Amino acid sequence: MVKEWVKSNKLTLTFVLLGAIIFLFVIIPLFRMIFASEPGILRETLFDPEVTKAILLTLYTALIATGVGFVLGVPLAYLLARHEFRGKRIVEGLIDVPIVVPHTAAGIALLFVFGRNFLMGRVFGSVGIQFVDSTAGIVVAMLFVSVPFLIDSAKEGFKKVDVRLEKVARTLGASPWQTFFKISFPLAWRSILSGNIMMWARGISEFGAIIILAYHPMIAPTLIYERFETYGLTYSRPVAVLLILISLIIFVVLRTLVKGGRKGD
Amino acid sequence: MIEVRDLWVDLGDFVLRGANLDISAGEYFVILGPTGAGKTVLLESMAGLYPLKRGRIWLSGQEVTRLQPEKRGISIVYQDQMLFPHLTVRDNITFGLKIRKSSPLEMEQTLGWLSELLGIHHLLDRKPGTLSGGEKQKIALARALSVRPRLLLLDEPLSALDPNSREVLQRELRQIHEQYRVTTVHVTHDFEEAIALADRVAVIGDGSIQQIGTPEQIFRQPSSEFVARFAMVRNIFRGEVRSSCKNEDALFDVDGIRLAVVTEHRGRCHASLRPEDIIVSHAPFPSSARNSFSGAITGVTDKGSTLLLTIKVPPDFVCLVTRNSFDAMELSVGKQIYITFKASAVNIF
Repeated sequence: MVKEWVKSNKLTLTFVLLGAIIFLFVIIPLFRMIFASEPGILRETLFDPEVTKAILLTLYTALIATGVGFVLGVPLAYLLARHEFRGKRIVEGLIDVPIVVPHTAAGIALLFVFGRNFLMGRVFGSVGIQFVDSTAGIVVAMLFVSVPFLIDSAKEGFKKVDVRLEKVARTLGASPWQTFFKISFPLAWRSILSGNIMMWARGISEFGAIIILAYHPMIAPTLIYERFETYGLTYSRPVAVLLILISLIIFVVLRTLVKGGRKGD
Repeated sequence: MIEVRDLWVDLGDFVLRGANLDISAGEYFVILGPTGAGKTVLLESMAGLYPLKRGRIWLSGQEVTRLQPEKRGISIVYQDQMLFPHLTVRDNITFGLKIRKSSPLEMEQTLGWLSELLGIHHLLDRKPGTLSGGEKQKIALARALSVRPRLLLLDEPLSALDPNSREVLQRELRQIHEQYRVTTVHVTHDFEEAIALADRVAVIGDGSIQQIGTPEQIFRQPSSEFVARFAMVRNIFRGEVRSSCKNEDALFDVDGIRLAVVTEHRGRCHASLRPEDIIVSHAPFPSSARNSFSGAITGVTDKGSTLLLTIKVPPDFVCLVTRNSFDAMELSVGKQIYITFKASAVNIF
C-alpha cells in the first residue's frame, strides 16, 4: 500500500523534499538568531536610545520614500498599463534597473546627481536641502532602489482593470479624472497597496546605497553594520533581532489587512 | 437623430469602409453581422470611445465627431455587462447621477422607476459578483438608462445569457422600447434576435454595410448573396401564440392555420422553422410529429444536390429536399403534397 502510494506520487515527494530544504535554509538562520538572543540583552537593546532612534528613523524614511514613490509612481504605472507608445519596453526595462544593479553602485550613481557639487544637489542645495549625510539622502537612496516594486505592482493592478469599465464610466458622464479616481484607482487599489508594502519593506532593508550617500544619520542596517565592525557579533545581534522582529510584525499585519479586505468581494 | 457619414474603422482583421447610417429618433435599429471583432468598435466609435480614422457623426443635428464621450449623452451596454465590481447594484445604477450631482430625491426616483421597470428591487444591495448573467444584464441596462441617454447602444446584450433569461430580457427590451422610445442601436449576430426587436436592420459583412431595411425586407428580399446566406432562406412567420385548452402544447396562429409549438411565450411574436426540418410526403402519415398540412408546390429552387420547394398552405413554407427524393417522388410545380414537422422544431421568438 505505502509502496504503491510512494510510487504514484514520486514527483510530489521529490518536490516536497527539495522545497523543504530551501524553506529551512531561509527560516533557520532567522529563527536561530531570534531564539538564541537572551531576553535581558534584547530588552536592554530596546531601551538603548541610539538603537530606537535608528529603528524609528528607518521606518520613517522608508515611509517618506514610499509616499513619494506613490505620488510619482502610480501615474507612471497607469500610463504604462493603458498606453502603447514607442519606447515603452525600454522605459519598462529601465524602471527595473535598480533591482538588478549592486546597491553600492546605485549609491555612487546617486552621489553623482545628488552630491553637493552636482546637478540636483545644487538645485536642492539652493533651497537648503542637502542629500549627503542627511535624512533626505536616505529617502532618495531608498526611493531609488525600491520604487520599481511599487510601479510594477501598480501597473499589473491597472492592467487587470478592464478598459471597458472606464469606457462605461465615461459614457455615464465621468471625466477622465473622475473615471480614474472612482473606477481605475479603487479597482487597482489592492495591487497598489501591496506594491506600497513591498516598497516600504524594501526601503527598510536597504543598506548598500544608503551608506554611500548618507552614512549618518544612522539607520538600523547601518547601525548593525557598525556595531558588528566595532564590537563584534554579540553587540550587533540584538539590534538585528529587533529590526527583524519589527519588520516581520509590520509585514504580517499589513499582509493580513490586504488579504482580509479581499474576502469582502 | 444620429447620422454617421463615411465612417472608417480599421482593426487589422476587421475593416469597415465608408459606413453611412441614418437612425431616426425613437427607432430600434439593429446592426446584424457575423461574430467577430468590428461591431463593438462601430458602437464605441459612435460613443466616442474609439478614435475615428475617418468619418463624421451627428447627433440631433449637432456634430459630435470630436466631442468627449461624457458630453455625448450616449449610453452603452456591453455583452459582458462591465458592472463596476467594487460598487453595489444601487451605486452602479446611480453612478451617472452622482457624477451629475443629482439631488438625493431625484436619485431615489430614478432608482424606484428603474427597479420597478426591470423588477430588480431585491438586488439593489448586492455586489455584482453575486448576480446571475440575466440579472447583471438588467443592472447594466438600468445603469445605462439612469442618465436618460439620447442614444442607447447595446452590444450583443443577449448573447451571453442562457436561453431562458434571454427570452425574458428580449421581451423586456421590446417593452421598454415601446414604452419610452429611447433611440436604440443594438448589434448582434443573431438573425432571429434582429427580427424580433428591430424597426430596421443593417446587415454588415465583408467590410461594409450590405443592406438596410425592415426585417421583412431583409429576409424577403435579400439584396445580395451575402445577406441571403446570412439570413438563410428559412420560414419566418409573424403571428400569435395561444394556450391550447386540451393539453400543454401552445398553438401559433398564422394566416388562418394553427401550428403546434412548444413555448412559455404568449401573445404576438415570431416563429421560425428550418427548411430541413420539414418532411414532404404524398399522403398524410401517422407519426409523433404534431404538425401536418397540405399545400401546393409553387416554386422550386435548384441548389445542386438539394432543392428548395416553396409550398403554399396558405402561408408559404420553404422545404429542403435532396435531389434523390425530388426525383423519386416526381415532384414538380403545381403538385399537391403534405408537409410534416415536429412542434419542437418550431422556434418561437
